[in-house]
Amino acid sequence: MSEARERILKRLRANRPAASPAPDAYQKPLGWDRERRIAAFSERMQAVRGEVHRVARDAWTDWLARELPARGLRQVLVGNGAVGDQLAERAPDGIALRRYDQPVEAWKASLFDDVDVAITAARAGLAESGTLVLWPDAAEPRLMSLVPPVHIALLDVGRLHENFAAAIAVENWADGMPTNALLISGPSKTADIEQTLAYGIHGPKQLITLLLD
Amino acid sequence: MSTPADQTEAFHQRIDEALHNDQLRRNFRSALTGIMARRAEQFPDDAQLQALRDQARAVRANSLVRQPELLEQLETKLTGNGIQVHWAESPEQANAIIHTILDAAGAKTVVKGKSMVSEETELNHFLERRGIEVIESDLGEYIIQLAEEPPSHIVAPAIHKNRVEVAELFRRFHPEIPYTEDIDTLTQSARQILRNRFANADAGISGVNFAVAETGTLCLVENEGNGRLSTTAPRLHIAITGVEKVVEKLSDVPPLLEILTKSATGQPITTYFNMISRPRQPGELDGPEAVHLVLLDNGRSRIRVDEELLDTLRCIRCGACINHCPVYVQLGGHAYGTVYPGPIGLALEPQRVGIDKVGTLTSACTMCGACGEVCPVRIPLPKLINRLRAEAVDGQRSDAGLPGHGSLRKSGEAVTWRVWRQLYASPRLYRLFTWAATRLRALTPPRLGAWTRYRSAPKPASRPLRELVRQEGFRHE
Amino acid sequence: MDRPDSIYFFATCLVDLLYPRAGLAGMQLIRREGVDVVFPDDQTCCGQPAFNSGYRDEARRVARAQLACLARDIPVVVPSGSCAGMIKHHWPELFAGDRDEARARAVAARTFELTEFLVDVLDVRLSDLGEPTRIAIHTSCSARREMGVADRIESLVAQLDKVEVLDQARKAECCGFGGTFAVKQGAVSGAMVNDKTAALRATGAGRVISQDCGCLMNIGGAFDKQGDGPATQHIAEFLLERTS
Repeated sequence: MSEARERILKRLRANRPAASPAPDAYQKPLGWDRERRIAAFSERMQAVRGEVHRVARDAWTDWLARELPARGLRQVLVGNGAVGDQLAERAPDGIALRRYDQPVEAWKASLFDDVDVAITAARAGLAESGTLVLWPDAAEPRLMSLVPPVHIALLDVGRLHENFAAAIAVENWADGMPTNALLISGPSKTADIEQTLAYGIHGPKQLITLLLD
Repeated sequence: MSTPADQTEAFHQRIDEALHNDQLRRNFRSALTGIMARRAEQFPDDAQLQALRDQARAVRANSLVRQPELLEQLETKLTGNGIQVHWAESPEQANAIIHTILDAAGAKTVVKGKSMVSEETELNHFLERRGIEVIESDLGEYIIQLAEEPPSHIVAPAIHKNRVEVAELFRRFHPEIPYTEDIDTLTQSARQILRNRFANADAGISGVNFAVAETGTLCLVENEGNGRLSTTAPRLHIAITGVEKVVEKLSDVPPLLEILTKSATGQPITTYFNMISRPRQPGELDGPEAVHLVLLDNGRSRIRVDEELLDTLRCIRCGACINHCPVYVQLGGHAYGTVYPGPIGLALEPQRVGIDKVGTLTSACTMCGACGEVCPVRIPLPKLINRLRAEAVDGQRSDAGLPGHGSLRKSGEAVTWRVWRQLYASPRLYRLFTWAATRLRALTPPRLGAWTRYRSAPKPASRPLRELVRQEGFRHE
Repeated sequence: MDRPDSIYFFATCLVDLLYPRAGLAGMQLIRREGVDVVFPDDQTCCGQPAFNSGYRDEARRVARAQLACLARDIPVVVPSGSCAGMIKHHWPELFAGDRDEARARAVAARTFELTEFLVDVLDVRLSDLGEPTRIAIHTSCSARREMGVADRIESLVAQLDKVEVLDQARKAECCGFGGTFAVKQGAVSGAMVNDKTAALRATGAGRVISQDCGCLMNIGGAFDKQGDGPATQHIAEFLLERTS
């Protein structure tokens, strides 16, 4: 189909509009301090039914040990990174810890049907929109934050940016994008019937952020 | 072959049907009233909104100016990242490319995320005729796939259906599920029905909201997670998009994303923003092993006839113009008979498909300007619609320029406007006319076609203003 | 801008033939502010009907005839948002590259919609002499969006202390007139005006005022056909009536 390519490009070049000034790089600095970012993140996330809990950096395993059984979440999926290792060290009683350690094709049915909750780290957060930034990788694959009905994400408060533009600039995303980068703002939802919001359509029904500091 | 007259008649017939469907009109009125209010809530500060619109406009305008280079850069970057790029001039080519890829992979079932470009190519029918099962996975798309209808809105495809109609569809196709009209329960039913489909599909097909040339990244905006599932769970992902969707830099994306979600559905951000730059890499445990991008032209490159018309291609498909259109709210999307309805449809479709085929659409506009006022990328929609009306009736027919240029010119109408011009461009004739019309006002016809079906006929005053101003001693010159 | 000594009153074809009292009232409102109001005898129409129907040559010919009678460098005041919008925003476009482009631009630059002129230039002060009344305001789409002067009619009416303005649903929605739209898409236009009249009736207002006679012809005609509706009136007549 390279003929199609040449013809399309030729037409585009033939009908070239006059140059307009390139836009300035977009920044939207808000001047928010740490507490303001935390408050905004929490408020926005909760507005779309995301749960947010502030937890001491060394106490998140305690929180999980308490909350997972209390919420009836027994089949727990973790990755192969630090989060999985730390939780494995003190997996609470009655919890089956499952590692995402083989290609999805080997256990897809079980991933879709058996897992109650997945726990991952978040790379960063966006305060203004109440958003988690995830860069899934070999240690914490893409489907962890998508297929299980509950997703718990650990976010260090030090990694709360004001907004998306700031995250891209500060972290120099343009220098190297991962296979998949995700912004996640709340549990899955739809408004396709009568424009009425309903949560938990195809992705997680619950999204829980543990804000660590 | 359909003539321009057939086209007009068919359009009026669809309009007639829509206007007589009270349920449909109630569904639209109620849905759009809510969407407009939610959008307005997202923009409490008008100055900030206008600045964001300026930025979004500049980003899109820049990407159109530099489109050939950016497409080449996008192709180079994507290819370097391991994503295969295909170019298609026509829907037929695009469909053939996609079918060939699916066929080579032995794919028999496909889950699809929402894609208006695939509606342009009628991809589902094409694949189904070739024995490939296609399941639309966006809830709205799934509903209309069951109903065997096209989308009636580019963002909310099943907006024309209410919960009872959706419940009836579920009862018909999924009798195993208890009947309910509760929206939360219907949503959970859809989750259950489609979950196995995601797990077992051989391939996923999606659209693209922005394609970033700088990094070779495909961006998808969604709330449900079906787009992520379609692009992550199967071994094969094929994305299809129009050639105009390319943007230059990653830093172009945040303002577009913000104004897109706020304008479209009144959300500060959607649940998911999915940025795909590579297929599954060695060591990674999920994601598709192969990712393809099909770049479709389908008339877009000829829209660049001049700079005024080029503005059409800035569109980011938010649907705000549709939501705010006082004609669309009366008719719904199906009456338009085109892939893209509403104001953007009026501006885009005659250029893309041809004035001779769908130019009549441009009559479905009062020039109220509501669309242009909300457009996040400042497309001057009323101006474009007006321009297309002029293209449609231009007496100098020519093959250069827009397809079907001049094809809607009717000699009777042209004569009427010539007479009108002679009357109104000649003060002497005009004075005679107003003098006679006021003296003979008793003879004003009591019925004036469609006008008097809904209103009484206007009647000239007993004396025109130009005579009254003399009596009142105003200066005239 | 400074208060001018004189202005042109560009009445529009609709006002000339169908609503001359509205035009006269507009002229009187300006004259009583001490401004000399000139009615150019050769004026006919801004050209909008043909322009919106795609017949740009015809529109240009008619618009060109107006240029000649609006030659002096004084403001042009138009008792209609849509005709003012045509002159202000579409004449420059219509005459782009034409020998009369400069003249068209000059006229556009000194054109005002009537309520805009009364508020922004004349800064009129009104005292209400009428009986208490309740009205609804319909602002034309062109006054609202193209001209951006929707708040002027509101602020003028707000000066009348015995007039209560009632809120209506979907205030910013088009009434369905749209010039030739009402003929070419008669059924859609009819559905739109029915929605608009229903919203206006629901306010309970005894009178609906507007700055555009096209909308008034549409809405008033529909009230008349339906029977037993509020009266409709141009803002100029309403203001003159309340203040004299």
